Amino acid sequence: MSRLSRDDVLKLARLSRLKLSDDEVERFQSELSNILDYVETLQSVETDNLEPTSQVTGLTNVMRKDELIDYQASTDALLENAPEIQDHQIKVKRILG
Amino acid sequence: MDEWPKISDIANRVQSGELKPIDLVKKSIGIIDQKAEYRAVISSMEERAMHRATEIENRIGRGGNIGRLAGVPFIAKDNFLTLGGETTAASNILRGFRAPYQATVIERLEAEGAICIAKSNLDAFAHGSSTENSDWFTTKNPHDKSRVPGGSSGGSAAAVILNMVPFALGTDTGGSIRLPASFVGAVGVKPTYGLVSRSGVVAMASSTDVVGPLTTNVEDASLILDIIAGKDSMDSTTIEREESYLNTGDGLRGKRVGIISEYLNDGLDSGVRSVIDKAIDKIKSAGATISRVSLPNLPLSLASYYIICPAEVSSNLSRYDGQRFGYSHRDSNDLAESYELSREKGFGAEAKRRIMIGTYVLSSGYYDAYYKKAQLVRTKIINEFSEVFKNQDLLIGPTSPTVAFKIGDRVKDPLKMYLADMMTVGANMSGNPAMSIPAGNSNGLPVGLQLIGPMRGDRQMLAAAQSFEGLE
Repeated sequence: MSRLSRDDVLKLARLSRLKLSDDEVERFQSELSNILDYVETLQSVETDNLEPTSQVTGLTNVMRKDELIDYQASTDALLENAPEIQDHQIKVKRILG
Repeated sequence: MDEWPKISDIANRVQSGELKPIDLVKKSIGIIDQKAEYRAVISSMEERAMHRATEIENRIGRGGNIGRLAGVPFIAKDNFLTLGGETTAASNILRGFRAPYQATVIERLEAEGAICIAKSNLDAFAHGSSTENSDWFTTKNPHDKSRVPGGSSGGSAAAVILNMVPFALGTDTGGSIRLPASFVGAVGVKPTYGLVSRSGVVAMASSTDVVGPLTTNVEDASLILDIIAGKDSMDSTTIEREESYLNTGDGLRGKRVGIISEYLNDGLDSGVRSVIDKAIDKIKSAGATISRVSLPNLPLSLASYYIICPAEVSSNLSRYDGQRFGYSHRDSNDLAESYELSREKGFGAEAKRRIMIGTYVLSSGYYDAYYKKAQLVRTKIINEFSEVFKNQDLLIGPTSPTVAFKIGDRVKDPLKMYLADMMTVGANMSGNPAMSIPAGNSNGLPVGLQLIGPMRGDRQMLAAAQSFEGLE
């Protein structure tokens, strides 16, 4: 039995904004289950009285002055990578009905 | 001869007028063309490189002082944003992407007169250990074309060994500089986390991503680190640097060197083992005090990494939505479908796996059991490194349990591919500086010795590496 069901994979795909093919659903069901089985080994590790680490150099809340800096990137160069533009703005599908 | 002189030597001879930057660019491009079958390079930046070479030559003609990398050609892994070409991270979703600005490290290298020649191949988004996850093609190992060069910075590592350039840039999130360095016989340095800016580098796992050099010798690697290290206002995770990374004096005599017992356990190839044993003997005879050290939780790094890394990947790759840049699937009914189809067609299998695993371990109900647990184990690993470094100046072991494996051997089993990072991820979880340096050959294939230094101890690690390199 796989750890993940077909429905689990479809739900993960939806949360991840991926429209998987049927073949992929089947393939990922087994591959993702194997990976999760492997990382499962951590469950038996004793971690009482420890704090989780998300940052290794101890920096917290690095602040800078809230002011404009002269940066290399121009608006035009940024827009050049957009798939569709209109009136100097990025065009997307209708959001409101 | 194809081989390049030491980087400082090239720069001095360019500055004096003995070497012309344009000739160096042409030489580099010539070798890239001649060695095209190894597929180390994704795209060329020839036009911009020639332009920069001319500019540098003119400045020298006017008596200008160029810098420590005057006219030195280099290759950047294709996850560094560069002007004058495309930046794709070897992913279909970034096909045709032209960066609107450059990575801080590219700027720093150019400010010293270096010339970026080309972009090298990688596993797409740096997800992999062989370059086989590249959406473009697989790079071949310079020593055996049927084998992988390691990954994910496999193109950069191969390029250096093929003499395309004197140095190349890589990134190391779980071993992506050190593993390919080991597989091709290069020097590859993963600096302390935060020492080098990641501004303008395509993000993978932000709590472990670092930038570092790949070279053929330690002196060149130290010089490059000396130029790129240090705080950057564009990357708030950067830390204070040491004054210099250039070596002075003996890095092994009188030093306490610990052999990591956990890295010599089963699973270590016997040919690799015998090269490492010989390296240990050499380090001993160079005057270091050798002892065995144990970090019992270190083997848990890999499982911890394969929770934390996908979690961060799923977050970092959420920006690829097909709306602002990158591949966009235009034929869709609504915005949600446009996201789903753009990402479905744009991402390869490994990116999808990591996004979904990351989404799983971060989702409500699983967060504590997976993500938080992995972060707690991470603390344990960090504590063990800190404890061991109270009595050691340097830790050593193999970089990889095996030599370069065959193309196709592991790509069908993602978990087997993950195991290639077994000995490198520890230093990513803890943030310690680490590097791989050639230690010998097993059946004609290179074996890397891994050196791990104390936090912020990059200089002493490099000094030890340079002393090791000089041993007979």
